[in-house]
Amino acid sequence: MFIESIKMSWQNISNNKMRSFLTTLGIIIGVTAIISLITIVQGLQTEITSQFAELGAGKIAVQAHGTPLKQGLSDNDMENISKIENVAGVSPNLTFISSAVKDGIVLENVPVEGKNHTFFRYNPKLVSRGRPFNILDMESKNKICIINYAVSQKLFFGEDPIGQTMQIGGTTYEVKGVINEDATSDVMSLMSGTGSDYRIIIPYTTAMGMAGIGSITSFEIYVADTDRTDEVIDETESILNQTFNFKDDSYRIINLDSLLDTMNTMNDMMTAVLAGIASIALLVGGIGIMNMMLVSVSERTTEIGLRKALGAEPVSIQIQFLIESIFLSLLGGFLGLVLGLTISYVACIAIGMTFRISYLAIFLGVGFSAAVGIIFGWAPARKASLLNPIDALRSL
Amino acid sequence: MRKEILSMQNIVKAYQMGDEEQIVLKGINLKVYEGEFISVLGPSGSGKSTLMNIIGCLDIPTSGTYILGGRNISNLTEKQLARIRNKEIGFVFQSFQLLPRLTALENVELPLIYARVSPSKRRKRAEELLIKVGLEDKMYHKPTQLSGGQQQRVAIARALANHPTLLLADEPTGALDQKTGKQVMKLFEELNNEGHTIIMITHDSNIAKHARRIVKILDGNLVEGVVENVY
Repeated sequence: MFIESIKMSWQNISNNKMRSFLTTLGIIIGVTAIISLITIVQGLQTEITSQFAELGAGKIAVQAHGTPLKQGLSDNDMENISKIENVAGVSPNLTFISSAVKDGIVLENVPVEGKNHTFFRYNPKLVSRGRPFNILDMESKNKICIINYAVSQKLFFGEDPIGQTMQIGGTTYEVKGVINEDATSDVMSLMSGTGSDYRIIIPYTTAMGMAGIGSITSFEIYVADTDRTDEVIDETESILNQTFNFKDDSYRIINLDSLLDTMNTMNDMMTAVLAGIASIALLVGGIGIMNMMLVSVSERTTEIGLRKALGAEPVSIQIQFLIESIFLSLLGGFLGLVLGLTISYVACIAIGMTFRISYLAIFLGVGFSAAVGIIFGWAPARKASLLNPIDALRSL
Repeated sequence: MRKEILSMQNIVKAYQMGDEEQIVLKGINLKVYEGEFISVLGPSGSGKSTLMNIIGCLDIPTSGTYILGGRNISNLTEKQLARIRNKEIGFVFQSFQLLPRLTALENVELPLIYARVSPSKRRKRAEELLIKVGLEDKMYHKPTQLSGGQQQRVAIARALANHPTLLLADEPTGALDQKTGKQVMKLFEELNNEGHTIIMITHDSNIAKHARRIVKILDGNLVEGVVENVY
């Protein structure tokens, strides 16, 4: 019985190919929109989350502008902060722009970062060749540097830069390591946005001696237990308040985890809004299906009458028409699914992110189209089932 | 005493036409016994189509008692009426009423589908019936590929599908030429000889003569006609 209904529905749909296609177009567009939007937004979200996890998880970034009297933090202050319970390490950020020179080749406006050994401990994959800095480099303010691939290509083309020397701001440094080509700059440098391809890292103690930098204005705190990040923030605040004499706006603490939470919330909202807009297309598609089903019912009045005369119960007629509209919607849903996945696949490649099939999107797309079929097929199917067989047979 | 298949007592059917009530059937009394072949003869507008609708359980009377196969039709639900139409009555229409997209075989299978017969049994029964009406080589033809007479045979095969108690034919030759009409009537006679009870509604007295009993309907009243045996 059920199988017959499906067969009949299929026959009716395939007998009106053009009309069926145009009717399902609304559903196709709706489902395509929902699936591609959700897949792309979720892909972006996953991408952002994973980048954040790489760069900022378990980190608290602190920017201390200080007061006119005390323009930043000293080594001593850093020491105090690193003694807070649950703090695994503190890594200062010192960034200045300088020039890099090797054998007459000059690179201007190169961002030079001063980092400590803690930074390398928490970014173990950063240095691909050579060695990262250790605590001895910090204490003895060694004139050593780690350069990235772009710098190495310019200054040491065709040579191994490790062990060679170069000038940074007029001082001679020995190259100790090369930064992994895939490494992204850390979040704070991304945010300060120097926009340079070049990157040189030197010990922060060495950097503090240079360019008149006397104090630390930016640093990161690595938290051991991320569930207790808030406690660390409170402690840090009290230390900074004391250091800067409770002056307003003297420092800013950014919890990267909470930043990630905020971004995820924003993404979720964006997904919801986009899906909402796309479902308007589904609604319109549903109305299209309803229209076609109503036309179909009045076209097939005689057939309905005959079926009733032959013993079809009202329920059978209703089921048949309902199956037909669900079939149409699902057909649209399936085409939309294929189209949506194709579009998001292409979009992912174009944006340059990994394509991940979103099961939520598939579930929503297929679920929605089936729902549309049931909701908008109900009224026409009911109308068909209630037709009086005499009137139906007479309308020849 | 032969088995009584249907009995109508004082059947009245009235339609509301605007403010006026139009009485189409004015107290019909009719008894049909098993194995009978009855013609209901009447001009158009005499109420014969309404009578057929009531006999065929497509419509219920305004008043009166209609008993078909021992069941009172007037107090049945829509679903029960559908069952009765499916199992007890085989309809043959003037314009055949075959579904154009289905093959002859599939058309014959339709009532069997609604009777929830399994696909294999259904197919077997439909094939049997088409062989019976002489269309063994046309089973997979669509109605448009068949002549009028052949289409009516398919329709008759369909009417017989569920072994109905009653074959109900409404102007079965109305859309056919004389020669094919005669062939179709011959088929009805054969079916009657096999024991099928047939009620045929027509306005054509020549066609009505094929039946063993003729009742005339005139202006909503039934008159027992001359019993003519044409054999």
